[in-house]
Amino acid sequence: MTVGTVRNLRRFSQVSFFGVFCWLVLKTNFEVAISPDTVSEVFLPYPVSIALQFDPLVALTTLLANGTLFKGLLWSLAVLIPTIFLGRFFCGWVCPLGTLNHWISEIRSERISFRGKGKIESNRYKKYQRIKYYIFLFMIAAALFGTLQSGLLDPLPLMARSIGTLVLPTAHAAADGVLGWVKSFGFKPLSGAAQFVYDMFAPFLLNFRQVHFHGIVSIAILFGGIVVTNRVFTRFWCRGLCPLGAMLGIFSRYATFGLQKDEKSCDHCNLCLQSCQGADNPDVGTRWRQTECHVCLNCQAACPQGSLDFKFFPTLEGTRTNPPPNQRVDITKRKTVASLAAGAALFPMLRSGDSFEINADSRLIRPPGSVIEDDFLARCIRCGQCMRVCPNNALHPTLLESGLEGVWTPILIPKVGYCEPSCTLCGQVCPTGAILELTLLEKVGDKETPANRIGTAFFDRGRCLPWAMATRCIVCEEWCPTSPKAVYLKEELVTDRQGKEVRVQRPYIDPDLCTGCGACEFACPVVDQPAVYVTSVGESRSPDNQILLRRKKPTTIPPGETP
Amino acid sequence: MKRREFIKRASQATGLAAVCVGGGWFFHDREWFKYEPPIVHKPDFQIAPDNAYPQISLSRNQDHVLALRDALDAVGGIARFVRAGERVTVKPNVGWDRTAAQAANTSPVLVGEMVRQCLDAGAAEVIVTDVTCNEARRCFLRSGIKEAAEKAGAKVILAVEDDYLVMDLKGRLLTSWPVLRHFVETDRLINMPIVKHHSLSMCTVGMKNLYGILGGRRNQLHQEIDQSIVDLAMFSRPTLTVVDATRVLMRGGPQGGSLDDVNIEHSVICATDQVAADARAVEFLGLAAADVAHIVQAEKAGLGLIDYRAAGYKENLG
Ligand code: SF4
Ligand code: SF4
Ligand code: SF4
Repeated sequence: MTVGTVRNLRRFSQVSFFGVFCWLVLKTNFEVAISPDTVSEVFLPYPVSIALQFDPLVALTTLLANGTLFKGLLWSLAVLIPTIFLGRFFCGWVCPLGTLNHWISEIRSERISFRGKGKIESNRYKKYQRIKYYIFLFMIAAALFGTLQSGLLDPLPLMARSIGTLVLPTAHAAADGVLGWVKSFGFKPLSGAAQFVYDMFAPFLLNFRQVHFHGIVSIAILFGGIVVTNRVFTRFWCRGLCPLGAMLGIFSRYATFGLQKDEKSCDHCNLCLQSCQGADNPDVGTRWRQTECHVCLNCQAACPQGSLDFKFFPTLEGTRTNPPPNQRVDITKRKTVASLAAGAALFPMLRSGDSFEINADSRLIRPPGSVIEDDFLARCIRCGQCMRVCPNNALHPTLLESGLEGVWTPILIPKVGYCEPSCTLCGQVCPTGAILELTLLEKVGDKETPANRIGTAFFDRGRCLPWAMATRCIVCEEWCPTSPKAVYLKEELVTDRQGKEVRVQRPYIDPDLCTGCGACEFACPVVDQPAVYVTSVGESRSPDNQILLRRKKPTTIPPGETP
Repeated sequence: MKRREFIKRASQATGLAAVCVGGGWFFHDREWFKYEPPIVHKPDFQIAPDNAYPQISLSRNQDHVLALRDALDAVGGIARFVRAGERVTVKPNVGWDRTAAQAANTSPVLVGEMVRQCLDAGAAEVIVTDVTCNEARRCFLRSGIKEAAEKAGAKVILAVEDDYLVMDLKGRLLTSWPVLRHFVETDRLINMPIVKHHSLSMCTVGMKNLYGILGGRRNQLHQEIDQSIVDLAMFSRPTLTVVDATRVLMRGGPQGGSLDDVNIEHSVICATDQVAADARAVEFLGLAAADVAHIVQAEKAGLGLIDYRAAGYKENLG
């Protein structure tokens, strides 16, 4: 096999893995064909979060933070073990964010002028490339103490989150906007053509309806920044910042596959540097850096003299060519210690603030089946799969609702979407067990089993129509899905300002029955700030965030008996 | 500066200034896009009355398909309501993410049979749709209606934003409101409600089921629920109302959830008179139509007769 063939293989691999990754995110969606007679529960037909379970950084940091290698995370060894032997092949061949960066870096445009000398210089190994190791070490130390922050920057969760909550909803709004604009001309053939194109792509690219996410701009800033910096430095993110790249770099310390340079035939044309992705110094005369190399093989293919050769067990002399003998992972001891110390200090710092439990946001409603908050923060990698899959658009990335510690973890915002009683999808897709998978019975409960509770609803009597405005309503009662309904009504005769008597039914909450699903808040006609609202108090997952000393389990109560 | 260049640059600048002034002048105080409300015919799908048939029939049978067929035949058979080549929209109640047994949605068996009837009568297309309360995909799936209707040959439509027309309902209360296109752009409308308890309107049957043709913030309608139901019934007049009383939700409506709240009645009502249909159906809930405000108001508005026996009533209790 010539190096050209191998390089084409790499391109094929990049396209395929990118495609598979995007496809999995697209399929993280309520889109199933079941027959309700045979199955009562809705299950997703594909293991849509599997790609995230192949991520060694997810595996390592969640293992450190919560002490378990959850479910499919053992798959990550399928990436880690080959890395030990082959180097960072994942970065060059598999990683979807790496592939995206690769493409964005290489699209020719005005940057065509940025070739030759300038590009050669920018593709030499630079000191800034150490930053990623410090980020990685910082994340590791933080995880060890129990706060999982790696998901913010880990490329796989980052990609899943950005595609699911940012790219696809934006594309949806854009497509609808363009379609509406074209149709507004009122020219039939044009509208028809536009509709045809729309209908061709919409079913598999766009959600069933436009979703709206909280905190989307913050996600856009990070994602946009990563994409744009590629235009200044090739794969700046992969070279300088990516904590997964750093981890794989460290694990390729003893790789048996590497670049062998032939000093004699090289005529120093520097074409290898022109096309280098990792900035690992493939040129003869400098020390090649295994830990930076993405194994893209561009240098070998570019070399007109055949001086570069990737092979198993390259001779040490052959990989180095005039190396100053120093460590392969280029980090200094002091900064290593400093990063670890900073990571370790992060946890007590965050927890000494007030946003964790002591003054937690009352609207911090976690998805049903979520584990208790400190374990949750040790598990959630902010991949946004739960937000993407939620058919009601109920789950959103937080901004500061769970403090800086929990940025982009899921929060349920009932005003946008409530939690469907018969749904258990978010627990099905969570790759790390931050949201445990509930059975339908565990979710809704029955006479023996308590239902899962995510909060409790309260009335704002100053805003509720029957309470404050002598007007009939009961929409919250109509929507309340528990049986019997947690919202109950009492008929009262009230007089309005003119003294006219009006018979209204005033709503009350029975805390024993309320599961906090938020359907009432969602449906309340007082739309801007609903007159009934859910707060997290009473959530099943927490023994402390409770109201009543003797609150009964939320179970279905036989009719006739008063709850 | 050469003269030629002077002229060139001066005229460029002047030209740009002229475009700005002209543009400002043109757009000033003028509507650029004008919203033209689409023209649609008034959704009155009723057929001419025929004294040979009763206005309403009820049939009871363990086999719900037979119950429907029998009730339908009593009011003249499908051929009276659907002609060859017509487009028919069937509107079951698919409001909630509940199973058929929980009696919050119309029975899929009846919907399937109704679709088959229409197609047998030569309908060009049968559309089954509803504006659901819970998430549309879940409602259509779990209710079993998507599966049953598609098997029978209907086109099931889950409404998206583009599918609504803002229409003047010309009601006392309801004026401009978004209406799902498929309920007005069709030749025949068959309303297929289920009989349920409701805390405010006391019952949900045929006329209340028409809430489901509306989009927008229909939760506001509850403030004047009786008048808005009557307004809707004045606006949208189905060809036929087929009431599913095979299971009746006695408490906890309109969503239900507990099987303990469901009574099994094995009955189907077919009616050309909306008021009569509702009046007969509420008896399953233990109510008298005269006590249900919106039915009384509907009769006053001339929509039909509460005294359904006077309207011509045929009953087959099997
Ligand atoms: S809770 Fe949501 S965002 Fe967090 S790891 Fe699970 S699926 Fe991903
Ligand atoms: S939050 Fe509720 S509705 Fe949304 S995915 Fe989770 S279980 Fe389903
Ligand atoms: S839906 Fe809102 S306004 Fe209506 S009764 Fe309930 S809380 Fe009050």
